[in-house]
Amino acid sequence: MKDVIIIGAGVIGGLIARELSRYEVSFLIVDKENDVANGTTMANSAIVHSGYDPIPNSKKAYFNRKSVPLFPKLCEQLDVELDNIGSLTVALYEEQLPLLDSLVKRAKENDVEVKLLNKEEVLAIEPNLNPEVLAALYAKDAGIVNPFQLTVHAIENALDNGGELLLNAEVLKINKKEGHYEVVTSKGIHLAKVVVNAAGVHSDDIAKMVGDNSFEITPRKGSYFVIDKLAEPLVNHVVFPLPKGGSKGILVTPTTAGNILIGPTSEYSSDKTDIGTDAPTLNKIRESALTLVPSIPFNKTIRTFSGLRATPNTGDFIIEESKVAPNFINVAGIESPGLASAPYIGIYVVEELIGKLLPLKEKKNFNPKIKKYTKPKLLNEAEIAELHKKDPRFARMICNCEQVSEGEIIEILSRSVPVNSIKAVKKRLRAGFGKCQGGFCQIHVMKVMADFYKVPLSKIVFDEEDSYIVLDDKDER
Amino acid sequence: MKDKYDVIVIGGGAAGCEAALAAKNAGVKNVLIIEKEKRLGGILNQCVHNGFGLTHFGEELTGPEYAERVAENVVKAGIDVLLEAEVIEITEGYEVKFASYNEGIKTVSTTALILATGSYERNAGAILLPGERPPGILTAGQAQLLMNVEGYAVGKRVFILGSGDIGLIMARRMTLEGAKVLGVAEIMPYSNGLNRNIVQCLQDFDIPLYLSHTVSNVYGRKHLEGITISRVDEKFNIIEGTEIYFEVDTLLLAVGLIPLTSLLDKLGVKFSKSRSAVVDERLETEKPGLFMCGNSLHIHDLADEASKEGELAGLMAANYVLNKNKKAEQKVKLLQVSPSNGVNYVIPNFVNYPSEVDEITFRLRVSKPMLRSKICFYVDDKLIKTKFYPFLIPSEMTTITLKKEELIDGKSLTLTAEEING
Repeated sequence: MKDVIIIGAGVIGGLIARELSRYEVSFLIVDKENDVANGTTMANSAIVHSGYDPIPNSKKAYFNRKSVPLFPKLCEQLDVELDNIGSLTVALYEEQLPLLDSLVKRAKENDVEVKLLNKEEVLAIEPNLNPEVLAALYAKDAGIVNPFQLTVHAIENALDNGGELLLNAEVLKINKKEGHYEVVTSKGIHLAKVVVNAAGVHSDDIAKMVGDNSFEITPRKGSYFVIDKLAEPLVNHVVFPLPKGGSKGILVTPTTAGNILIGPTSEYSSDKTDIGTDAPTLNKIRESALTLVPSIPFNKTIRTFSGLRATPNTGDFIIEESKVAPNFINVAGIESPGLASAPYIGIYVVEELIGKLLPLKEKKNFNPKIKKYTKPKLLNEAEIAELHKKDPRFARMICNCEQVSEGEIIEILSRSVPVNSIKAVKKRLRAGFGKCQGGFCQIHVMKVMADFYKVPLSKIVFDEEDSYIVLDDKDER
Repeated sequence: MKDKYDVIVIGGGAAGCEAALAAKNAGVKNVLIIEKEKRLGGILNQCVHNGFGLTHFGEELTGPEYAERVAENVVKAGIDVLLEAEVIEITEGYEVKFASYNEGIKTVSTTALILATGSYERNAGAILLPGERPPGILTAGQAQLLMNVEGYAVGKRVFILGSGDIGLIMARRMTLEGAKVLGVAEIMPYSNGLNRNIVQCLQDFDIPLYLSHTVSNVYGRKHLEGITISRVDEKFNIIEGTEIYFEVDTLLLAVGLIPLTSLLDKLGVKFSKSRSAVVDERLETEKPGLFMCGNSLHIHDLADEASKEGELAGLMAANYVLNKNKKAEQKVKLLQVSPSNGVNYVIPNFVNYPSEVDEITFRLRVSKPMLRSKICFYVDDKLIKTKFYPFLIPSEMTTITLKKEELIDGKSLTLTAEEING
């Protein structure tokens, strides 16, 4: 029996696990996917919102504001890409100016530092904006983060400090027993005194398994464009239009990898697994984004994708022990600004919620840092020579677009979070994320994996279990 | 390997090898080819079909045979070759930084540089393919590599998007491998492939070609389960209600190639609207000593054409190296070359007047299929050359040479293509 089972290995489950691993508490993370960070964490805007925007006194406002200052240290400890580039919320039309003023007021209530910039000031720092821009709200605390790295590394840290992870384990049923829960998964039955429900868009279904019908989650789809790395930066900040109808609107932002991300749309969906894209939606994004930044080179699109936000019917984050199921903690409805709120959600869930149910005794040997990853791209000549001498595979390029070496792939395959798929490699190292989208490198990534795991190429999957790329051999037909 | 070369060619495919050979044969001492794969020949190595070499070698060869001959010539000529080495950066002063298992990450410098890095395929992301993204969606080149080089089968029921030659050849290839090819869709109202390929690759195997159609949805999570194609209007928008569903496990995308020029990003090299680096008739970019050829400049239909272009780049790079210390001769003037009515793009983008070459080669594509037609060259408003054709199609590159004497002084050179009525 474990002390805690965390359902869901996204950024929320991951950061809860990492906080929990500070203490003498046994825990297991279960996820139905073949990799961590495979749901909403895989497809979002990757932004650390400054926190001026949520309704004052909401949980969203509270957790966002408490989390923003935690990012630099957290990302340092977990070796995660973070860039504090600031955000601009832009008014293009006369009638939007009062809205901008009300946001300044709201920022004050939320205790977030913002500055109103006039046209000249905005264009001076963001020259590619629509020249008709009237004014903008500058929030210096906003930034961009690599959400995959944050989650994978948080879970790696949690596992290295004694936690356990079970992938491909879909929760089918949860039985309340005397003093514990019995979590029935597709990978066996697991027992725990406390269950944390961080199951993203599925968190209402999980809550219902213990009789908690207090909230509903509706997936809200957001589609995006990814633009290739450009010779000159297109935008220097996270650029938002003024909010319109429930969504923050179509934003344009650099990513930590140097691409441009444009999106998201906001459409309620009935299907919790539908992440397809469609032409009319993409056209809407294009149109909207071009009014903000007219020179976006959409002909350099390298990918379009969709993700699902876990939108709750309660209007705010749900972070509390279930009222009907003791020792069952819901961490649900974590839509935007969820990523920006995740660090403090992790701390709060562990210290304030789990801490009330279990004794939290600090571990003596907790290590808050993960072992740094080797990054040949960032080394100087002498360091490179040294590295090559030690392991020449760090100089064998596998992915040319993103310059990922064989050595780096071997390194992630050897860490504590399992790497079961090509997508898992892509998520961690960006091999296949570039302009060729794996056209050149996929086969080489497959070969490195097949060689490392000593399996035939036909056993290498793209994402889910059994999602093979090549057939056994030519005779199979 | 040396620390410094006279000419370095990046990319050892058809164009790059020929460029190196031309430079060497013109008297350049130190020539190096840097190639990322295990062998020379580039993409030819995965093109096991024949149809190569008719103009370059005077006989019909398969891709690997063509590659082998080129590689032999390179070795015989005493050109240095660095295999399995990926160039990761080029500096302003032509310091070429590369990574390789054997050498590590090193820098080698050169006087002239020829970029022959080929192209990459437009993929699901670039064409905004709608629907899900399960495995089973491959570019044609990826499938070629998996089947022809690695020896794996990729699917049993296949649909192909794109009817250029690569799409057509893959339809036949997959069929011969035992897969069932259910159809080929083409968004244009005409095929972009050679007629002989439509006959030999589709009609001979009863594979239907759906013109003015594109893939309108993709289904499947764990693996591709099916697709729908739909008819498109003249603006390429999908027409609702025209969907046809195909149960397939593989969708091959043969939807075009894009020059691979990432290495130029930091050098500030100018690009034209057609995404080609801007070059003059000597295939030199605006950066002196940096030359371009093959698919990294613009997409060629045939390896033979790429070889020919490489030869010119090599020769011009040699001239650059061998004459570098001579006093600048007479001052030349640049004429800007522009594609106009009926011409989609043209290489070069500038010509020198007077030119250092005796014959100036123009490579262009027309913007739509044309019957009895003519291509006209104008310097400013003056017509200087007209060439007649029984027909012109965008999928076949048109090559025209202009004698040095035919060019006259002026500001700009404009090319037009039009049908001759009556």
